[in-house]
Amino acid sequence: MKKIQDFNVKEYKWLNDSSYVIVLQSSYPIPEIKPGNFAEIAVPNASDVFLRRPISVLDVDRELNTLSFYIKVVGKGTKKLSELNIGEKVSIIYPLGNSFSINGIQNALIIGGGSGIAPFVLLGRKLQEEKVNVTFLFGARTKEEIVLTEEFSKYGEVISTTEDGSMGEKGLVTQHSVFKGDFPFDKIYTCGPDPMMKAVAKIALQKNIDCEASLENMMACGFGACLCCVTETTSGNLCVCTDGPVFNSKVLKW
Amino acid sequence: MVDLSVKLKDLELKNPVTTASGTFGFGEEFDDFIDLNKLGGIFVKGLTLHHREGNPYPRMAETPSGMLNAVGLQNKGIDYFISDIYPRIKHLDTEIIPNVNGSTVEDYIEVTEKINEIEGINAIELNISCPNVKEGGMAFGVSCPSAIAVTEAVRKAYDKTLIVKLSPNVTDITEIAKGVEDAGADAVSLVNTFLAMAIDAKTRKPILSTITGGLSGPAIKPIALRMVWQVYNAVRIPVSGMGGIMNATDAIEFMLAGASTIQVGTANFIDPTISIQIIDGIEQYCEENGFSAAMDLVGAMEV
Repeated sequence: MKKIQDFNVKEYKWLNDSSYVIVLQSSYPIPEIKPGNFAEIAVPNASDVFLRRPISVLDVDRELNTLSFYIKVVGKGTKKLSELNIGEKVSIIYPLGNSFSINGIQNALIIGGGSGIAPFVLLGRKLQEEKVNVTFLFGARTKEEIVLTEEFSKYGEVISTTEDGSMGEKGLVTQHSVFKGDFPFDKIYTCGPDPMMKAVAKIALQKNIDCEASLENMMACGFGACLCCVTETTSGNLCVCTDGPVFNSKVLKW
Repeated sequence: MVDLSVKLKDLELKNPVTTASGTFGFGEEFDDFIDLNKLGGIFVKGLTLHHREGNPYPRMAETPSGMLNAVGLQNKGIDYFISDIYPRIKHLDTEIIPNVNGSTVEDYIEVTEKINEIEGINAIELNISCPNVKEGGMAFGVSCPSAIAVTEAVRKAYDKTLIVKLSPNVTDITEIAKGVEDAGADAVSLVNTFLAMAIDAKTRKPILSTITGGLSGPAIKPIALRMVWQVYNAVRIPVSGMGGIMNATDAIEFMLAGASTIQVGTANFIDPTISIQIIDGIEQYCEENGFSAAMDLVGAMEV
C-alpha cells in the first residue's frame, strides 16, 4: 500500500562533487521495499520547485526506519534536496512502482550508468539471498563518478568502464571485454541513460538473454494519475510509474 | 454544524470539493491515500468514443509555479469505461462525473448516449476545451457558434445534469458561457488549462513532443479566479471553479468569486490527500466566519 509520510533528514554522505546519499528517518514503521521501487520526494521550502522528484530507493533499514536515496545534482530540485538541515521534515510518497523479476536465474549481469546505479543495492542483496551470482558493470566518464563500489562488492564482483580510462576499462559499458568471448550470464538488469540502456538491450537481444531495464521518465505524480511519464511499448503507451519503472526490454519500442 | 452540501442545478453534492478530470485518474489511484467517499464528486479522466494512445513522450514540463501537460486524452474508450472501470468504482458514495470528449459533434453525442444509459451517473462534463488534441477538443470551445452547436446536440442526447467545461483560451469567456447557457447547459466548469509552451535553451528544442501544451497550477490561479468571477456575473447557471487550487484558502476564494463547487486538479499530483484537507478547511472557515452553509460562500465576495 502506498503511503504519504513525513520523514526527517538523518544524514548526508557526499560521494563526489555532485552526488550524495541522503538518509531519511521516519517515526513510523517502513513497509517492505522491493528492488526497483521508488519514492516521490517533495522538496521542502523551494518555491521554484513545483513537483515532487521521483527517486529510486537506494537502501532501507526497517529497524532504524530509514530510507536512503542516491541523488545526483542535475537541477534545482536535486540541488535543493542536498541543502536541507539535519532533522528537517521531508514528505515522501512511497513505495511506488514495480520491481525486478528474479525467477530461476543463476548468473546476473547488472549494468548501471550515471544515477542509474541506485536500484542495484537492493537488487544485489536480493539476488545474493537467492544464491544468484552477480556481476556489476558500472560506466562513467571518470573514476570519481564510480561510487559505492564498497557496498556493491558485498553482493558480487564490480567491474567498470570510464570514458577517460581512469578506472576499469576505457570506453563505454557496451565495449567492456565481458561481452567478448565466453558469456556466462542468463539475465541482464540495466538502469541509466536511455542510449546506454538501448545499447545494452540490443546486446541482450543478440545474445538471446532476458533483459530488464528500469526507466527514468519525467513524472508529475508517480502513482498513475497524470499519465505524463508514458513509454511506448508493444501494448501501447504505459505509465513508467505504475506499469514500470522496470520493463522487459523486449516490450519497449524505443 | 456547517451544512457543506451544494448544488449544481439538480445535482446535489455532499460538499463543494471535487477532483478535476485528468488529475485524479478514475479515483482508484488515490484509494491508498484517502477515503474517496468523502469527496463531493470525482470528474474522471477524459473519455472518447474510441481508444486513444495520447501524445508521445515527453508530455510534461515543470514551469514556475505550475506545469504543462500534453497527454492528449489517452484512454481506452467509453465502452471499456462502462464494462471494466465503472463497475469497480460505482460503489463509491460520491458523484462519478465522466468527462466527455470528441473529434466531431457525432462523437460527443455517441459517447453521451452511452453514458446516459448508465444507472448511478447523474452528470457529465462536456469537455470542449482540451488544448492537446489535433481535432475537436478546444476547437469547439473557442468559438461561440461551435460551442453552442455541440452543447445543443449533447443536450438533446442527455437527460441529466450537463456541465460544460470552458476554455480560457478565448477573447471573452463570458460570451461562450452565455452561449452554452442558452444552448441548455445546466452548469459551466472553468477553467481548463491555458495553451502554453516551454523550450529547453540548451538543446534549442521544445520540451513537449507536441511543442505546445496546457498550463495548470498556481501560476494560473489569479486569471482563473477572475474568469470565474466574470462568468458568475454573466450567467444564471452555477459555476464549477478550478485553476491552481492548492489549499482550502484557494478553494474558498473561488467560492467567494462565485463557484458553487470547486475542482482540485494539479495539486492532487503533489499531495494526494489535499482534496480531503480542503473539505476540512472549508468547514473550519465556515465555522470561524459564521457561515452555516457552504452555499452561503458562493459569490459572497464583498466589494
